[in-house]
Amino acid sequence: MILIVAEYASGKLSKSTYEMATCARQLGKEGPVTALVLGAGIASIANEAALLADQVLVADNPALAQYDPELWSAAVAQIAKEGEAHTVLISGSKSGRAFSPRVAVRLDAPLLEDVISVKADGNKLSAERYTYLARVMEKIETDAPVVVVTVKQGAFSAATPGTNAVEQFDADVTLPQPRLRITGRSAAQSARVALSEADIVVAGGRGVGSAEGFTALVEGLADALGGAVGATRAIVDAGWRPYSEQVGQTGKTVQPKMYIAVGISGAVQHLSGMNKSQYIVAINKDADAPIFKVADYGIVGDVNQIVPAMIAALRK
Amino acid sequence: MRILILIRQVLDAEESVRIRAGAVDLSGSKLVVDTMDEYGVEQALRIREGGAEAEVIALAVGPDRIQDALRTVLAMGVDRAVHVKTELALDAISLSKIVAEIARQENVDLILCGGQQADWDSHALGAATAERLNWPQITWTSALQVQGKALTGSHDAEDASETFAVELPAVITTQQGLNEPRYPTVPNIMRAKKKEIRVEPLEQFQVTPKLRVTGSEIQVKERMRKILDGKDALAAADQLVQLLRDETRVVA
Repeated sequence: MILIVAEYASGKLSKSTYEMATCARQLGKEGPVTALVLGAGIASIANEAALLADQVLVADNPALAQYDPELWSAAVAQIAKEGEAHTVLISGSKSGRAFSPRVAVRLDAPLLEDVISVKADGNKLSAERYTYLARVMEKIETDAPVVVVTVKQGAFSAATPGTNAVEQFDADVTLPQPRLRITGRSAAQSARVALSEADIVVAGGRGVGSAEGFTALVEGLADALGGAVGATRAIVDAGWRPYSEQVGQTGKTVQPKMYIAVGISGAVQHLSGMNKSQYIVAINKDADAPIFKVADYGIVGDVNQIVPAMIAALRK
Repeated sequence: MRILILIRQVLDAEESVRIRAGAVDLSGSKLVVDTMDEYGVEQALRIREGGAEAEVIALAVGPDRIQDALRTVLAMGVDRAVHVKTELALDAISLSKIVAEIARQENVDLILCGGQQADWDSHALGAATAERLNWPQITWTSALQVQGKALTGSHDAEDASETFAVELPAVITTQQGLNEPRYPTVPNIMRAKKKEIRVEPLEQFQVTPKLRVTGSEIQVKERMRKILDGKDALAAADQLVQLLRDETRVVA
């Protein structure tokens, strides 16, 4: 079987789970597409998954109330073994990429990380993924009987749920004692759409001048477009914006339909987090800024004048 | 305590990537210690300088040229280094077998490695090594304190920063912002030349790559580059919004 480890947030399946369902259907390998839902009090999520997969396994266990890479990987590996899964699909999210290597080691399987395509041909599995800070596309393959794959967010279209709910089965898992204690959590509160799920991302860099400039220009434009907000590492380090908004090598990788870079010069580390966007729009005062080399549209000029004028034009 | 840092040698981020015969060609390019690994080195040195009785060991797996990377971190202050010599390109899951085995042989308490490799764009090495040793892991660590066997700090989760507590032994993966790595000083570069780099053959680890790389190509998406002059800000803004509405169908 093909095992999908369902990812969810705030009581709903994440877009990544729908994308993994598409990936599983296109894989070209036999066996039921099986969604595995791990957590505590997850009945509604399992019901949602039942419209997406051929069958659903539910490991509803109080010990799984909080994500822990050791517990998650133990549960997934156990269920993959018992169900004789030949392919385990895990989201290419931060947590997915943190627990999937443990699953691969437990299953003595190769790990195909953050793939943008994956296809079976007999016993051979081929995949494509980005390397060198997303500057190169690499083709990889394996003949291993069991593989673990993390699926890049945004690389597959989201599957359309069916209308008939499939059967759900309870899965018993033996979990190790947790060793990691999470003692506090500070989530950035935002009413906007999540950065990794947004169709439009408006991001700001040093060129916005200040934290206040960011709010007026970047947040203002994002709200006029119904988009999410992103930031460069430089202004996150400067404390203008929270890390959760950072786009780039050490932040998030996004692939929206449109990425609007406001006052961003375009360092390679930043580009690696956004250069797969469908359209890139740049506004910067420096005509030689590298961001213009990867832009579809742009204006060379003063962001303090241009962005408010764009907001006004959008509201017309 | 003993701290092991896995060091990788990668293309300098400022260099262009070249492809020859379907593979990335590094010949003649500037290679550097992966920045992510420098954060690990700096953190280990700070633990030692903070008064903990600690020996800091660097490990690198690769061809002879990787000793340059080891000399760099020895010059930063690492005590000694181990070079596992191979021309094989190993994926993170295979490489983790070597890191775990060296950690066992050296009786290591803490392993630091990069959160994402700048060449393979992999996040897997730290977690895979932790699993092989049956140790806990903390990924994307942004602050770290060590007190006896207790590790505390903060790290980045999906959409939040979390504080954590865990006991050694453990694997920590680093990220930008964890610290500001130091530069090697001239006396330390001289001293580093006398420090030990122990060379080990690959054979004893019995690793075979789990993946084959069958091709590489440079990713360049053709961009339209319709760049407007913004001297007349109002006109340029109107024109841009019109273009986005007419041509992209993304903007309503």
